Amino acid sequence: MAKVLVVTSGKGGVGKTTSTAALGAALARSGDKVVVVDFDVGLRNLDLVMGAERRVVFDLINVVQGDAKLAQALIRDKRLENLSILPASQTRDKDALTDEGVARVLADLREKFDWVICDSPAGIERGATLAMRHADLAVVVTNPEVSSVRDSDRIIGLLDSKTEKAERGERMEKHLLLTRYDPGRAERGEMLKTEDILEILSIPLLGIIPESEEVLKASNVGAPVTLNNPDSAPGRAYFDAARRLKGETVEMSIPSDRKSLLGKIFGRRAA
Amino acid sequence: MALVLAPTDPLDAWFSDLDEVARRSPGFFGGRAIIVDLSAIRLSKAELKKLVGSLHERDIRVMGIEGADPAMLDLGMPPSVNGGRPAGAIEAPNATTAPVPPPAPAKTLLVETSVRSGQSILHADGDVTIVGSVASGAEVVAGGSIHIYGTLRGRAIAGCTGDARARIFCSKFEAELISIDGLYKTADDLGPAFRGLAVQVNLDGDSIILKTFD
Repeated sequence: MAKVLVVTSGKGGVGKTTSTAALGAALARSGDKVVVVDFDVGLRNLDLVMGAERRVVFDLINVVQGDAKLAQALIRDKRLENLSILPASQTRDKDALTDEGVARVLADLREKFDWVICDSPAGIERGATLAMRHADLAVVVTNPEVSSVRDSDRIIGLLDSKTEKAERGERMEKHLLLTRYDPGRAERGEMLKTEDILEILSIPLLGIIPESEEVLKASNVGAPVTLNNPDSAPGRAYFDAARRLKGETVEMSIPSDRKSLLGKIFGRRAA
Repeated sequence: MALVLAPTDPLDAWFSDLDEVARRSPGFFGGRAIIVDLSAIRLSKAELKKLVGSLHERDIRVMGIEGADPAMLDLGMPPSVNGGRPAGAIEAPNATTAPVPPPAPAKTLLVETSVRSGQSILHADGDVTIVGSVASGAEVVAGGSIHIYGTLRGRAIAGCTGDARARIFCSKFEAELISIDGLYKTADDLGPAFRGLAVQVNLDGDSIILKTFD
């Protein structure tokens, strides 16, 4: 049974697109058929992170408005044949998305794929609400800082009221993905603690992705971090999160990149 | 061919929609023969003057007004038209109304700035010349040829109204997509051979041909 998953956050720059690409690639690696859909009309980025920007011809808006067929707009990943991307339009704005059109496209995608992962734009306007509207489950991406946590709380409220599932009186399945987590700073008390975030948001934890230069390296070469360097700390964390999404029980840990001996000895500066 | 604008109430909202179109496609109204259809709204003479003035401020030149009482159109106003022919409310024997001027000939749209990501330049009636670059995620659509004196990083769509002789010229080629007369190629199809070079693109039968200027 196909699942429509929305990756959302409220706040910008927390790692929605990175997480969409990384989770999509990790799920595709496990053998599932996956499509990642960019809902950030006017500010598209998913095509860059997936390395598909040089192959975009048609986009989500063309399909929603009936100018192109779905099969024409889908771009198959060159590394994984069961991974596809449906890009957003850069020249249009979010008003071009209609509720009926999005519903039709998502229904078509459900028939072709096991996972439909929607990369939501930041904010709580039309693009974001349409991206979450038809979802079966949500991944809420949050950074360990107060503004991000508050915005995530707002989004969780919307997930529980403005989605089709909520309007039918059903419960929307939500998962928290904590990104840009710096264990060193957390230990020094410079970041919100995981327990505190979980207490505020009170949704189950899907994974903790450590802050790492591997993420930036991967987006610069146009590859999801789970494909570019699967053994890196964020790569392993995303693979664990993908396994949890599939219902497996995986012990929660914060992977770290191996430090040099000196780094271990002088890893922390005394207060 | 004239473009008909039909203002609706409230006028403020209609103008903001119009500005949105103009912002998304700079030059969309430039050089076009515009006819204003007033059948959807009722205006006093002063309000009509203000409407024409507001359009003029946006560089939209009104060639004719349809659906208005000729009594409202004095000498300073555009002439009345009806289905392309001058018409009057009552057929007075010696009423003279100016004929509709012929539509402006196809001409080149000159854009003197770079085209930013997300912007779209649409000019179906002729060539487009860009004195600047076209960014990734921007597009230029022309009925004729496209000339870019900077780097083409976005999309260039020439001959969009069915002109197979249209060409694309750019000083530095890094395009995401090029198209002439509906035939297109993506950056991935083209490969790296022409990247960074001064290139012209033309159509030979059903093939898109790229050539450098050296």
